[in-house]
Amino acid sequence: MTPLLTVDRLVMRFGGITAIDGLSLQVPRGAITAVIGPNGAGKTTLFNCLTGFYRPSAGRILLHEDDGSERDLTRLKGHRIAREARIVRTFQNIRLFGGMTVLENLLVAQHHALAQASRFALAGLLHTPGYRRAEREALEFARRWLAELGLTAVADTPAGALPYGTQRRVEIARALCARPRLLCLDEPAAGLNPRESAELNVLLTALRDEHGLTLLFIEHDMSVVMNVSDHVVVMNFGRKIAEGPPEAMRRDPEVIRAYLGEEDEEAADA
Amino acid sequence: MGYALQQLINGLTLGAMYGLIAIGYTMVYGIIGMINFAHGEIYMIGAFLSVLTYVLCTALGIGPTPLVLLAMLFVSVAFTALYGWAVERIAYRPLRGAPRLAPLISAIGMSIFLQNYVQLTQGARIKSVPPLWQGGVTLWSADDFRVTFGWAQLTVVVVTLIVMAGFAWMITRTSFGRQQRACEQDPKMAALLGIDVDRTISLTFILGAALAAVAGMMAVLQYGVIDFSIGFIAGIKAFTAAVLGGIGSIPGAMLGGLLIGLVEAFWSAYLSPEYKDVATFSILVLVLLFRPTGLLGKPDVEKV
Repeated sequence: MTPLLTVDRLVMRFGGITAIDGLSLQVPRGAITAVIGPNGAGKTTLFNCLTGFYRPSAGRILLHEDDGSERDLTRLKGHRIAREARIVRTFQNIRLFGGMTVLENLLVAQHHALAQASRFALAGLLHTPGYRRAEREALEFARRWLAELGLTAVADTPAGALPYGTQRRVEIARALCARPRLLCLDEPAAGLNPRESAELNVLLTALRDEHGLTLLFIEHDMSVVMNVSDHVVVMNFGRKIAEGPPEAMRRDPEVIRAYLGEEDEEAADA
Repeated sequence: MGYALQQLINGLTLGAMYGLIAIGYTMVYGIIGMINFAHGEIYMIGAFLSVLTYVLCTALGIGPTPLVLLAMLFVSVAFTALYGWAVERIAYRPLRGAPRLAPLISAIGMSIFLQNYVQLTQGARIKSVPPLWQGGVTLWSADDFRVTFGWAQLTVVVVTLIVMAGFAWMITRTSFGRQQRACEQDPKMAALLGIDVDRTISLTFILGAALAAVAGMMAVLQYGVIDFSIGFIAGIKAFTAAVLGGIGSIPGAMLGGLLIGLVEAFWSAYLSPEYKDVATFSILVLVLLFRPTGLLGKPDVEKV
């Protein structure tokens, strides 16, 4: 599989702390990649670097365009990463626009297309046909994803008033409305009950198989990781300690050590 | 009775202008969490630009009053918006991410600069415009007292209503409005969805300045006299209105402006005109003490 994204010797320092320490990895195109690792391994920091939230201290993040050219994302501003590289993410702690309705949240994500159609607010104010068409298309697009994620009934509810599991789905729907090429999900299964987490598995595979999306996700719930991912990257202390197919990772001694701790030699001798 | 009615009309007119300015304060606070103390000056510049347009129109012999008024409105809005944009670009954007106090001081500096800039370029003398639109509708008359809704006042109220309705529509219904609200709620998340936050902030300043320009033009129409220092008191009163309505809330700013206008009109009429500013600022103190979130503001829940 050709990679969509290459992370090359990425370093992220915060003062004296090195959260990511020379990390290199590739995200295969059209596949689901899971990033796992103990707490504090640097997984969320990696996401923050990928989406322009942080500026890496060193290293490069390269996007491989469809025509084979490469694009350096390392110094690109957050909104341009979403618009031009089409990398969109969700958060571990949900960050919906709580005061807006679910539908509005989804429309905000399509704002760029609308802004272009509205010639920067002018045509929007005058309600030109071109703008109305763009607005209609945005609405249709949003409604399609609402239907696909079973959210049609709550379209006009303020996002902040929804139950947790539903908010998670809204967040994914909103990210999808930004028309991503690479969707990054930060612990999508956190706080979900077993039924919701099974639904998530179905959704993630559908996004890969039916919509051709590339997915990168951080997860602690091993049932989700084992069930849906094609490729697993294991991190610890800001470095990659292993990568490969999920079954292999389960048996990898490095991985087991990272999760269960080193076997104490003296204790073993005794 | 008649007297009270007349005060109601005066209060409404005044309140409409405060409301227009207050929206600028509240929007900027909503999106970048700072009080733009140069906003009163933007209103003053709007008033000056409309006087300049008036003078230009007379010099060029452009006749009919409605045309002159329209020209005043458009020129003043267009150029004041430019000032609003420039203020943000020069004084606030470089300080994005700096401690909260820094942009506040920068705002005060900008305010002093703009006042002096206008004083230097336009002179310190009071500028006056002859009444552009006299007469009005007499609503009620008894003996020697007549209650009139002057054409100028009526224009102020109607224009303000139209502008505010259009503005409310824009915020709630258009793509730009959604983008603006998104940036207000969570600018970082908005950026991750492809919204250019800097641009949205610029547009917010442009809009706020445009509304202040409308208020400035209305002040010229209503009072006919302006000087370089009118922005200060008007700005602080509009700020009071924004705080009373709940800073960050746009309907709150409109309501707050109206209430402050009414309080001022009635206080001047029945108690003492000399102390009207004291009355207004006492409201500011009382609101800050007892209801810091204002009438329509939402309590700021600390995120953990």
